[in-house]
Amino acid sequence: MSTPLIMFLVFIAITLGITYWASKRSSGSSAYFAAGRRITGWQNGIAVAGDYMSAASFLGIAGIIAFQGYDGFLFSVGWLVAYLTVLLVIAEPLRNAGKYTMADVLAYRLRPRPVRAMAALSTLTVSTFYMIAQMVGAGALVALLLKGSGISYTTAVIGVGILMIVYVVFGGMLATTWVQIIKAILLIAGTVLLSLLVVAHFHFSLAAFFDAIGHVTYHDKGQVVVKDFLQPGLRYKPPYGPLDLISLGLALILGTAGLPHILVRFYTVPDAKTARYSVVWAMVLIGSFYIMTTFLGFGAATIVGRDFIATHGGTNMSAPLLAQSLAGDVFFAFISSIAFATILAVVAGLTISASTSFAHDFWTNVIHRGVERKPGEEVLVARISAFVVGAVAIFIAILLGPTANVAFLVALAFAVAASANLPVIVLSIFWRRFNTAGAVAGLATGLIASIGLILVSPSLMAVDPPTVVGTARHLIQAPAWFPLENPGILSIPLGFLGAFLGTVLSHEPSSQVRFNELLVRSNTGLGAEKAAAH
Amino acid sequence: MDALPQELRRDESSQTEWDRVAASREFKDLMATKRIFIVPAFVFFIVYYFALPILVGYAPAFMSTKVIGNVNLAYLFALSQFFMAWTVAWLYVKAAGNFDRLAKDIIDKAENQRKGA
Repeated sequence: MSTPLIMFLVFIAITLGITYWASKRSSGSSAYFAAGRRITGWQNGIAVAGDYMSAASFLGIAGIIAFQGYDGFLFSVGWLVAYLTVLLVIAEPLRNAGKYTMADVLAYRLRPRPVRAMAALSTLTVSTFYMIAQMVGAGALVALLLKGSGISYTTAVIGVGILMIVYVVFGGMLATTWVQIIKAILLIAGTVLLSLLVVAHFHFSLAAFFDAIGHVTYHDKGQVVVKDFLQPGLRYKPPYGPLDLISLGLALILGTAGLPHILVRFYTVPDAKTARYSVVWAMVLIGSFYIMTTFLGFGAATIVGRDFIATHGGTNMSAPLLAQSLAGDVFFAFISSIAFATILAVVAGLTISASTSFAHDFWTNVIHRGVERKPGEEVLVARISAFVVGAVAIFIAILLGPTANVAFLVALAFAVAASANLPVIVLSIFWRRFNTAGAVAGLATGLIASIGLILVSPSLMAVDPPTVVGTARHLIQAPAWFPLENPGILSIPLGFLGAFLGTVLSHEPSSQVRFNELLVRSNTGLGAEKAAAH
Repeated sequence: MDALPQELRRDESSQTEWDRVAASREFKDLMATKRIFIVPAFVFFIVYYFALPILVGYAPAFMSTKVIGNVNLAYLFALSQFFMAWTVAWLYVKAAGNFDRLAKDIIDKAENQRKGA
């Protein structure tokens, strides 16, 4: 058996053990959906970091920096700074006013059924798209990492899918939290080790490292090219590059605070103060990690080289290949299994937020008008929907195949979160006049605008040369109608506009009756959900 | 469980109690104290953050100016964003200690009044 495979199996065994332990402790909705609200600040901080640092950050950013230099680092910056929105605006009011999902805050003073139905739709859209991107990535990656052990793309996708279903169905939020924590610690440890090895390679001289980044050499269309990789503009080129960069920034800064799988994490802690500390813990970890992505990316560019990476698995393999060239096959296996753990943990986090939203928002509150007919029904529905969500994601990921162009799915998740979710959460907490029609209009406009603009963006519309085949081809073979890859700069204002117009064009005095209650509760914690007793 | 405030929430006629808290001087103080910190902090970090993509996008030549060895302005400014974010977060945590104290007074007062009634 190959070393990577053994390391994967060890990780899987540990996480299944945790799931078994968690399943013995979870009973009741609060335990299943929110880990009994007894996760501590630092634990939740690490878990938020674990939920957030996806394969896109570990493998994706390292790859973009290795191939396009400085511009890739801008993703890292946006992904951290975004947490200031979470910290200053969202985390504490959400914890104080809600119970299990983001829709709890909307339904507090608005008419619950329409807003929960729309919020559940937007949560499921964000989570499912994000998850499919992760699964396609996971399948391609695992197949590549375990090349020679006979594991194909399809087997890998099914394996990842089954594991995440097991974690979520049996272990609930408690098991998911501990999977995130272990994964985050492994990921940080691996990144620190890899960064140290990069610096050691340059004899611990940062000056030598940065000098090497100044003249990265590779072949492009048969020509030898030497470029300064610290120079901006290698990825985002005029005429639309700068605008796309700003649009991406908007989607990251406002989208993170609307990602359902991040928001649900703040319900797992005892109170708003702990939620605040967990954001700070997460920021320390996420920030340190993202600074180190430059060592990984620039290290891969200077030590491994673009040419070698391009012929040995492509951009996403930059970090594992760097590990291999610095410390050999065992370290390669270690870094690869961390990448695998990363994907697994993120997928589990997405599954639990999607199934919680379906069970709590849609089943209990929309269909059964807030009444749980039998004890345990809500948890049962969540378990079944986790199974269904997992099965659907496996099916679509296999259908798309390993070469599918899926990067736009993650961009879409952030754009929908920023354009649909964030405006209505913010307005329901801060704007007294806001009402049900505004919330439904805001969610619908944000959802339609971001999906619509991505459909006609260069991510899905382009004319491919005939050499590009299968699912790697763009969906629509025509020049793009919308010039930016990220729709945020247009779809976010549209989401706010929809919410505003829906509100001012309708009349609903009842939505203002409980505004004071929401205002007091979200700002002081009076009446907030408490942690479960021992 | 949180027997008292839950009761307060379910009871339709007690809506006035929330209104009374919302109208109290203590609550207005809390909101003002929060606003004084959060609004400027939010505006500051948005301006500081978007200066990066705008400068990098529209003034790449200027941002490529080398500062120390091969390290240029673009890299240092991007790196500074991390320290900016950590500093704002740290200042917020310090300020939030004050919010917690004010909020606790409001909760205690509301619960005492409830008991007294």
